[in-house]
Amino acid sequence: MKAKLVFLGRLEEQAGRSFEDIAASAPLDWSALLERLGTELAEAVGAEKVKVALNGALVADKHGIILNDGDEIAFLPPVSGG
Amino acid sequence: MSDVRLLTSAFDPAEELCAFTAALPMAGGVVSFLGQVREGGGVEALELRHYDPLTLPAMRDLAGRVRLRWELDGLLVIHRSGVLVPGEPIVLVAAAARHRRDAFAAADFAMDHLKSESWFWKREQVGGEWRWIEPRAQDIEDIGRWG
Repeated sequence: MKAKLVFLGRLEEQAGRSFEDIAASAPLDWSALLERLGTELAEAVGAEKVKVALNGALVADKHGIILNDGDEIAFLPPVSGG
Repeated sequence: MSDVRLLTSAFDPAEELCAFTAALPMAGGVVSFLGQVREGGGVEALELRHYDPLTLPAMRDLAGRVRLRWELDGLLVIHRSGVLVPGEPIVLVAAAARHRRDAFAAADFAMDHLKSESWFWKREQVGGEWRWIEPRAQDIEDIGRWG
């Protein structure tokens, strides 16, 4: 399966990329996904304040997501005020 | 009528406001707010990033909530994304109503929620270096006013 990861705001800087296409032999759950990101980035996207959108819809509990073929997951740090 | 737009290039607030009010002769009052990039602190540029699947849909959703809460003849919400320089318009909100109080409150509410809730990430360039802007406590407090 193939999926797209999108890094927003300061996460883009931390990841060193704004998005990444990944491939896996089976759907990925949250912890399997984090494992692919490396320790530092996994810690950053795992932070409580970072929200997740799956295919354009906000996810209430990111720990419960399953990434399937064709999915796009976005990691959303807190938005900046004015 | 609600007109909600996310723009990636410059816009002319005076022109937009003119067109908005011209289409709403029944409105007795139009309240508008213009936000522009603040000059100072050595800021050379401000960049706003958005995420297509979320940003505009959430702005439309906010406009819908404003329309449910106040009796309006029209609502205009324009927000920029991309790289902006000091003095450039970032956001224009205008609310048109039969009576002014609804228009004032609706524009105020829309701005407070745009600032604190909408899906924009901002960074500013100072001395050639970009740095991300963190959420402000004041924006969270502002939104608390509305219950």
